[in-house]
Amino acid sequence: MKYNVIEGLKYTRQHEYARPEDGAAVVGLSDYAQDKLGEIVFVELPDVGAEVEAGKSAAVIESVKAVADLYAPVDGKVTEVNEALLDQPEVINQDPYGEGWVFKVEVKDESQLEKLMDKPTYEEFIIKEEEEEE
Amino acid sequence: MGNVKKTPFYEKHLALNGKIIDYNGWLLPVQFPQGLVEEVHDTRKRATIFDVSHMGEVSVEGKDAEAYLQKILVNDVSKLKDNAIIYSPVCYPDGGVVDDILIYRINSENFFLVVNAANTDKDYEWFQENLFGDVRLQNLSPEYAQIALQGPNSKSILQELTDIDLDGMKFYRFQADVSVAGVNSIVSRTGYTGEDGFEVYCKNEGAQALWDAVWEAGEKKELRPAGLGSRDVLRLEASLPLYGHELSREITPLQAGLNRFVALDKPVPFNGQEALQKQKQEGISRKLFGLEMLERSVPREGYPVMAGDEEIGWISSGSYSPTLEKFIAMAFMDPEVAKQEEEVQVLIRKRLYRAKITKMPFYRRD
Repeated sequence: MKYNVIEGLKYTRQHEYARPEDGAAVVGLSDYAQDKLGEIVFVELPDVGAEVEAGKSAAVIESVKAVADLYAPVDGKVTEVNEALLDQPEVINQDPYGEGWVFKVEVKDESQLEKLMDKPTYEEFIIKEEEEEE
Repeated sequence: MGNVKKTPFYEKHLALNGKIIDYNGWLLPVQFPQGLVEEVHDTRKRATIFDVSHMGEVSVEGKDAEAYLQKILVNDVSKLKDNAIIYSPVCYPDGGVVDDILIYRINSENFFLVVNAANTDKDYEWFQENLFGDVRLQNLSPEYAQIALQGPNSKSILQELTDIDLDGMKFYRFQADVSVAGVNSIVSRTGYTGEDGFEVYCKNEGAQALWDAVWEAGEKKELRPAGLGSRDVLRLEASLPLYGHELSREITPLQAGLNRFVALDKPVPFNGQEALQKQKQEGISRKLFGLEMLERSVPREGYPVMAGDEEIGWISSGSYSPTLEKFIAMAFMDPEVAKQEEEVQVLIRKRLYRAKITKMPFYRRD
């Protein structure tokens, strides 16, 4: 696998990840997603306290050429956002699973997290998507 | 996907891991693995090679070739010397733009026109409709490949492959029937990046050999491939118009600020002359301006430009500029309003972001 997929994280079909963290989830873009988008130059973050809904746009990530929505992987209240990204959005490209996290959300319904893809499933999903592209 | 065309360099792009897209019916690389931002830096600091074989080429020959061009072009070709090039919009009688093109004068009875890929067929029909006298038109587009070698190292790379003196070739000059690595070519000192550089045209048969030779000569000079994505950003930094954005059926060259390419007082009538003269006299309600964002956000084509509550125009092209490390845009605005305002706002996803009106070009090489 050309892309870094981390064990223990959950992945969406729109290529967000959620890192479960006692009752909450740290959300960001997968390595595959940041690679596809290219050099990220702008991030629009949700407000702390905002209620996000699974599958609905919660943040906007822009590369030089494209605008992409970051969809919330689960329902819940945003408890923290990564404000460092406002000045250094390229950190998402450099370290998507670490310094490049986007926001943290309180998980209302744990079953929503469980339904997301695990590492092997997501890896297969990426391979299929790459094949379809060609 | 049935009608997509491949250029002679298609396999080269695949070998270099270029990301291929369908661009107006042509399969072309939008970017290479180093990424768009690096491609911009490569072009500004070293050298890049672009496949621009999608561009169209049309030859205009005959005793009346110059008179014919004087009629269809808004710029004045009568002053053009052999081996020189001018840029000109081509207008409809109402001043709207058919295309913007380059005119290479081989001699007074032989011209080589370079037109936008997406407009090639439309242009050719328009050229035919306007034919008169002893003029022969030929659409050479299917036969020709073209590369653009851009950036400060371009000259030394190309010089290794040809006997003509590139130092002696000024900007917007060319030579036809030149050997580049043994391939018969047209070499011009032109480009669409705001950087020094050359464009080389050859027949499809010689294209592979040309590419390979340039690639090999470029190896020691840090030549890298570049795609359509960086080409668009480079031309925006240099404030060069792109048909469909800054020029169109609905946008005149005067609105796009191309006054110096519009010979309004040309002694012979030309398509669009009356309409453009009238527009010049009466003033224009939309004019192209440069914008620089004062708040971080990406201005993109189609976003409204506001002065308070009032919508005063729209973005025609916008991007992050890797060279300037700023967010820049070209925008059509009401010149009366723009004159009064130093600062405007761009409406992005229902939020206003501050921008200042700024001089163009955004980037000019030293």
